[in-house]
Amino acid sequence: MLAYLIRRLINAVVTLLVVTLVTFGVFFLVPKATGSDPALLYIGKQADPIAVEGIRTKLGLNDPIIVQYWKFLKGIVAGRDYSNGPDITHCSAPCLGYTFKTNQEVWPILIKALPITISLAIGAAVLWVLMGVLFGVISALRRGSIWDRGVMTVALAGVSLPIYFTGLLALSIFVYGLEWLPNAEYTPFFDNPIKWATGLILPWVTLAFLFAATYARLTRANMLETLGEDYIRTARAKGLKERTVIGKHGLRSGLTPLVTVFGLDVGALLGGAILTEAVFNLRGLGYWALQGIRQNDLPTILGVTLFAAFFIVIMNLIVDLLYGVIDPRVRLG
Amino acid sequence: MSTSSASIGASIQRPYLEVKDLTIRFETDDGIVQAVSSSTFSVEKGQTLGIVGESGSGKSVTSLGILGLHRTRSNAKVTGEIWLDDEELITASDEKVRLLRGGKMAMIFQDPLSAMHPYFTVGSQIVEAYRVHHPGLSKKVAREKAIDMLARVGIPQPERRFNDYAHQFSGGMRQRAMIAMALVNDPQLLIADEPTTALDVTVQAQILDLIRDLQEEFGSAVIMITHDLGVVAELADDVLVMYGGKIIEKGPALDVFQNPQHPYTWGLLGSMPRLDRAVRDRLTPVKGTPPSLINLPDGCAFHPRCPYAGRNGNRSFTDVPVLRDAGLGGEHQVACHLPAEERTKIFQQEVLPNL
Repeated sequence: MLAYLIRRLINAVVTLLVVTLVTFGVFFLVPKATGSDPALLYIGKQADPIAVEGIRTKLGLNDPIIVQYWKFLKGIVAGRDYSNGPDITHCSAPCLGYTFKTNQEVWPILIKALPITISLAIGAAVLWVLMGVLFGVISALRRGSIWDRGVMTVALAGVSLPIYFTGLLALSIFVYGLEWLPNAEYTPFFDNPIKWATGLILPWVTLAFLFAATYARLTRANMLETLGEDYIRTARAKGLKERTVIGKHGLRSGLTPLVTVFGLDVGALLGGAILTEAVFNLRGLGYWALQGIRQNDLPTILGVTLFAAFFIVIMNLIVDLLYGVIDPRVRLG
Repeated sequence: MSTSSASIGASIQRPYLEVKDLTIRFETDDGIVQAVSSSTFSVEKGQTLGIVGESGSGKSVTSLGILGLHRTRSNAKVTGEIWLDDEELITASDEKVRLLRGGKMAMIFQDPLSAMHPYFTVGSQIVEAYRVHHPGLSKKVAREKAIDMLARVGIPQPERRFNDYAHQFSGGMRQRAMIAMALVNDPQLLIADEPTTALDVTVQAQILDLIRDLQEEFGSAVIMITHDLGVVAELADDVLVMYGGKIIEKGPALDVFQNPQHPYTWGLLGSMPRLDRAVRDRLTPVKGTPPSLINLPDGCAFHPRCPYAGRNGNRSFTDVPVLRDAGLGGEHQVACHLPAEERTKIFQQEVLPNL
């Protein structure tokens, strides 16, 4: 078990290294291909050539790509110095560089954005799992009924309607129309948990609607498959109450496949729910990803990408480890 | 059941299990599946009834019907009477049948790997089966009972195996565990649905021995469902042969084996490999395929596959034969349009020499 864990951790680190290599490579190649100059992006187009050259030296843009990549990695692990002669800027570890436009360190920006994204993802995840599983199970038990068809129609709508539509709809109804809810805003949980929840409820519901739809369909399909299994018949033949048959024997195997999907979905969301954050104007990782793209800010994009990759890899690892516990047929080792 | 009859003082003594006119049909999108038609049979305690037939002949549906497992399927329609220990089950409430299920009547399923839950330990599944019929019993006592049962069905190191999952058992051990689970509440009626199908031959013999020993020990009534005539010959006191959802021949096992009356039974016997005869070029299988239960052939359901269908005018093609006395004395019954003398003649002259 320990050996397996260590192997998986090494695996995860290697995956992340590959991700840094690829993303760094892409962001090095993009300016070349488009003919834009990172130094110019950094300092502005009107700068005099000497200043541009100074910046270029300071950022190490004249170094070979391997050296640049190495310095980038070193910056994450140990911090780095940007220097152009006497002009030295120290960027302490973990260093993801400076934004081009505002000359801020990328790492603190993203760390500040992280709680917002985490709050959004966790809250929505709880909601969509509860709703999706509940509706999915009821639909499976009443297959073909009005209820089933109704839920599945709503679920289809949920899967099809994009966030910017449902989000704006929710905003216009609940915030501007009925004025039941305040406009979405982030208050740190430890400052005021109630404000934290009320400020995020709308984005949660909007995001959860999209996922709950998928989960309801998935749960329904899994449950229908499980309820046709021989061991469900055995459970009934033992004389168990129908509640136990469904609630214990059925759910246990019907929900297990959801764990994989759930882990990956949460992992992906932790890298930033770009649309939701944009619609509700929340400054999480997704917001900064959007900013980075808009302003051609390579260090920011690189940073957000690494965060996203990190979460996916970690969630994958957690799911794999969890499977060893919840599915006895999976032997870790 | 001398004690119960004495206490009730009933004028008519019913067999322990009596099934009368049992009909089970499923309404599906493709039409009505007539899975079992007017089946009547009975089993006494300590006796074994073998039900034989091809896949789709209604064997398993009959047994699931006795357990009331069609109640959860909204499209199933069950009519007739099922008397278990002087209680009628078809009209009984769901809750009442549930309490009998796994208690007074239990079932051993084929393919225990899929019939046991993959995510719960074998031990916990047995404990669950025990506790549902012994509410209020502590987990510890139930655990001891389960370990005791595992030991009783011949599983070595039962304390250790208690915590294993079904996939960690070998095929034979898994079927033993399944049997332990079925027997944990001392059922008076045990239905074994092809209990040896997925097992290799040496293990099959062990499992059959085990069921027989346990039957002697518990004095239960046993219904053995199988397509393996060897199993029936080994264990059964009485035999039902089913075809297309109907009983087409029934009687004491000895009679049915020594003097089979229905051409389908001849076919079954003819398709059985034997070692004690000279090696023939090939076995004589029953030609054709089993009928669709949605659209049974008119007349005798077996007529499209029966080599003797035209021998008695057109009746095989138009009239459904009724199960009636085979004319041999005793309990032997058959549903066939051929006259008794002709059946005996065909069997003696054409069938027996090739068996």
